[in-house]
Amino acid sequence: MEHVDPLTGFRQDGRRVNEMRQIRGEIGVVAKADGSAQFEMGNTKVIAAVYGPREVQNKNQQINNQALVRCEYSMANFSTGDRKRKPKGDRRSTEISLVIRQTMEACILTHLMPRSQIDIYVQVLQADGGTRSACINAATLALADAGIPMRDLVTSCSAGYLCSTPLLDLNYSEDSAGGPDVTVGILAKTDKVTLLQMDAKLPMDIFENVMQLAIEGCKAIANYIREVLGENTKELEYRRGS
Amino acid sequence: MLQNKSFVKKTRGGKIQKQVRELYLRHDIPCGSHACGSSCDRAAARLPADAGTVLVLDTNVVLNQIDLLENPAIDNVVVLSVVLDEVRNKNLAVFNRLKALCTNTGRNFYVFANENFKETNVIQMVGESPNDRNDRAIRVATRWYQGHLAGNSKILLVTNDRENKRKAIEEGLSAETVESYVRSLGRPELLDLVVLPTSEDATMMDVEDLRPSKRKIIYSEHKPMSEITSGLLHRIYHQGKLRVNRYNPFEAYVGSESIGDEIVIHGRSNMNRAFDGDIVAVELLPQDQWHEGESSIIADDEDDEEDDVHLAPSSADDAPRSINQVQHAAASTLTVSSRPVGRVVGIIKRNWHSYCGSLEPMPMPAGHGGTAHALFVSKDRRIPKIRIQTRQLDNLLDKRIIVVVDSWDCSSRYPSGHYVRTIGKIGDKDTETEVVLIENDINSRPFSAQVLACLPPLPWTLSPEDLAKPHRLDLRDVRVFSVDPPGCTDIDDALHCTRLRNGNFEVGVHIADVTNFVHPGTPLDEEASQRGTSVYLVERRIDMLPKPLTEDICSLRSDVERLAFSVIWEMTPEAEIISTRYTKSVIKSCAALSYVEAQARMDDSRLMDPLTSDLRNMNSLAKIMRLRRIDRGALTLASAEVKFQIDTETHDPLDIGMYQIREANQMIEEFMLAANVSVAEKILKHFPLCSLLRRHPSPTKEMLEPLLRTATSVGLDLDVSSSKRLADSLDHAVGDDPYFNKLIRILATRCMTQAVYFCSGDLSSSEFFHYGLAAPLYTHFTSPIRRYADVIVHRLLAAALEISKLPPIFQDKAQLTNISDNLNYRHRNAQMASRASVELHTLIYFKKRPTDAEARILKIKSNGFIVFVPKFGIEGPVYLMPRGEKGGDWVVDEAHQRIIKAGTNTSFGVLQTVMIHLEVVEPQPNRPKLELSLK
Ligand SMILES: [Zn+2]
Repeated sequence: MEHVDPLTGFRQDGRRVNEMRQIRGEIGVVAKADGSAQFEMGNTKVIAAVYGPREVQNKNQQINNQALVRCEYSMANFSTGDRKRKPKGDRRSTEISLVIRQTMEACILTHLMPRSQIDIYVQVLQADGGTRSACINAATLALADAGIPMRDLVTSCSAGYLCSTPLLDLNYSEDSAGGPDVTVGILAKTDKVTLLQMDAKLPMDIFENVMQLAIEGCKAIANYIREVLGENTKELEYRRGS
Repeated sequence: MLQNKSFVKKTRGGKIQKQVRELYLRHDIPCGSHACGSSCDRAAARLPADAGTVLVLDTNVVLNQIDLLENPAIDNVVVLSVVLDEVRNKNLAVFNRLKALCTNTGRNFYVFANENFKETNVIQMVGESPNDRNDRAIRVATRWYQGHLAGNSKILLVTNDRENKRKAIEEGLSAETVESYVRSLGRPELLDLVVLPTSEDATMMDVEDLRPSKRKIIYSEHKPMSEITSGLLHRIYHQGKLRVNRYNPFEAYVGSESIGDEIVIHGRSNMNRAFDGDIVAVELLPQDQWHEGESSIIADDEDDEEDDVHLAPSSADDAPRSINQVQHAAASTLTVSSRPVGRVVGIIKRNWHSYCGSLEPMPMPAGHGGTAHALFVSKDRRIPKIRIQTRQLDNLLDKRIIVVVDSWDCSSRYPSGHYVRTIGKIGDKDTETEVVLIENDINSRPFSAQVLACLPPLPWTLSPEDLAKPHRLDLRDVRVFSVDPPGCTDIDDALHCTRLRNGNFEVGVHIADVTNFVHPGTPLDEEASQRGTSVYLVERRIDMLPKPLTEDICSLRSDVERLAFSVIWEMTPEAEIISTRYTKSVIKSCAALSYVEAQARMDDSRLMDPLTSDLRNMNSLAKIMRLRRIDRGALTLASAEVKFQIDTETHDPLDIGMYQIREANQMIEEFMLAANVSVAEKILKHFPLCSLLRRHPSPTKEMLEPLLRTATSVGLDLDVSSSKRLADSLDHAVGDDPYFNKLIRILATRCMTQAVYFCSGDLSSSEFFHYGLAAPLYTHFTSPIRRYADVIVHRLLAAALEISKLPPIFQDKAQLTNISDNLNYRHRNAQMASRASVELHTLIYFKKRPTDAEARILKIKSNGFIVFVPKFGIEGPVYLMPRGEKGGDWVVDEAHQRIIKAGTNTSFGVLQTVMIHLEVVEPQPNRPKLELSLK
């Protein structure tokens, strides 16, 4: 299957190779949570809710000099075409939970909140490729909404390599083509890479190009997230009437 | 901007799933015209500002008229992505040609992504068929162009779909059919390229003779696809690729996996419009009809052309497969053929492509300039005649042309097609050579810039780095030499032979280290892999690798330092191998001898120089090795290879004669065989699953049948139960004259199939055997300059020695199999091309020189016999009575293979020597052919 039409240069969904899907972020979608956000990348939709910082529930896990960050990832049963029960705690979701936790932990100023706990819940409402990245972006927005102190914004984006071309932000059909898929997370201000995942082999020079493309994607998302947060702040100010 | 496409899809597991895909509609798609008045990006623009008319093509135009589109007269074309998608789904071959047009910078074909463009995207309406939706999309895009380029270029929709054209005109667009558009160009010759819609086809029937029988349905209808699929499932039908007998186009074979045997198809009506190479569905005939092939052959016989004089076949693959008709007719009452016989009920996949040939001579129709119907005769006899329509008949009658097939209706005796292009005048050497190349699918184009970019900088010299490599052995002080045919510029191999202190010999075979320069995966490597082999024509060589590699850098010329891959043995004076070493090396050949020179040196007893004694030592070793090989049962086969002497100015053949084989040839051959065997053992040991080897299947009893029959009729008893027995009985086959033994060997050789390459993982080790050489293992290592198989083997050997890593391709078994299949195909084609080139030059030679020569009768026919002319390596029919008449005064004696003139004692028997006259005749203008007659 040709994922990039050699004649028009378009991908099957009409994007160019270096174009991202449409992204949309919204803050405050779960009223009960301390912070929450929904993030969409094309047809991939995820929701994130943050509780905390709060008292550590299981005292055994309490850390004396920093906050405990916990993350739970799940997929809604209706998130993919085949409606089957998605068991919680399977290998894949445990792994993604861990990836999200580690990525978020790297930007939360945990030492400011010792002996407390922060819970991040992310759920995939609709899956169409790039769920990992969408979860991280949603979590970033939700953490910001919850007012959790962070050293920087983490954003994530993936890039793949199909038809001998690096492609930004793979959708499901591109992702399932089985080519290499690189998921990158960066700290937006400092350009530091905090997440890098790939489960395939790529020659070094090609890998660098693919990763660079993913980093560009992360930066674009960071700009958008800043905008969303800016809008939100303006709205809060307006509501306060100041 | 964003639209979701949703559709249902069946998953692999069989579940029905709703799939939702996004589709982004864009605003930034340029129109691709330099005449654009808007702000389109012109970086990729292809349509010139002065294009008067811009064509928008409908899908049916692309699918049916691709030959026309490839003509430069059609230009300034917009190809819509909706059209591209439809073409891709319907015909991949046409799609690839269209793609080539769109990427060809010499042509102005612009791809417009109408489906991705906000203003031209259309959504399927309720009740609208996908076809109608696509037609509407084409019209919407045409309208957009009309508005966008208004006043600068005229937009014309070209469609052969009546409905689409009507709607377009209603909507205010300009639309025309292909034919009327081409007519408006005022170039009548282009009209030949236009494929007429099938509805008009009926009128073309006139071209066929008007015998009433020809008007009715000639072939049975093909079964619908659904019926074929279920028939295949229930084993009522059998699927396979149809192969037409090269020497009897009325007989074909379908290799069927479901039966595990070849199904024979007799006659055109049973072939039911299938072409050579088509994937067909076959139904078996009732078993009692299995022997009834003859009647259909005879029924079709009126159509058959008499056997032309051709080069004597060198193996069973070249030889006619049908059993001699005379004998068969007599035998058929006794034996029912055990091979299943069937008929084609449907065609699963067509193998139609373009064919090379000429028009059947015909009188010019009255009234010039009009359309004439003509029959095209392909050079490839397996292809039936093709009806075409032309407006340039007088121009085409004496030309070699290319024609493609468009359709074959069951009421039409011949398929219909159309003219594509002219190659040149019939009989012209360059034209005919090009025909040979096209027919055999040989790429003779110059190497591309990307390929040439892979060559090392020239002039190449040995660098200190090459020498410093730890795996490279410096053999520059060893007395290495090469022996090749005279004038050989691509020297693959060189040898050395040194007497050791212990009385043994060190013998080295040094092969050009091609893989030092051709790296896996590079454009150079891909090109070589595709070409597969160099092709040797009489006056031309088409190289597998670019000239600097072939003739200079890799060629092991004398007095220059060259990189080599060496196999070095220690041998006792009895030619027993004590040890074998393999190494990359540097050599400096001290002499590039020709076979004649080498032979002369060995024969001249006054010469006592070191080189000559090396040659003599090698020769004595080679003789022992050869004897041992023959003892094991290797066949000493013979072929009738001819050699031309070519005029350097005109390139016409000056003389022709058998290629003489000397002891020196055999000596070199012996060591090459030994090197190939040693390398085969080594690579198979290290890579049992992915080695490229060469095997020669044992001939079946059936294949040896013609040899046995001929032998019996002259009172010779051959034992064919094993290659050893056959070799022995061939040795004992001595007749009254010295040539008799060689003749029998030539007949034996042509019963064998050719050796083939294979991947060791594909077969079990019992099938690796090389029958002709009586070797359990064999491969090709010694000619990497001109054979790609050897390049692969060099890589395997280098990996086995841990000099380099095995390229990843060797882990992909499917791809390896593809490679070996391609190599077999290319080798076969290269041989066919060489033979065709020799035949062509034979014809040119005899054109000016009618000659008498001695010939041997090979086969008795009802109206004459087939002779073999040893001196020229050709064979062909000699008729004792006018064609068409059978019997007459002549009577065939089946048992003794004789033809006797009734009432006289004049007779001819098989293997008898006759004097014949060779002359080129032209029974029809521009159709010269070689004719043999009794002197
Ligand atoms: Zn424009």
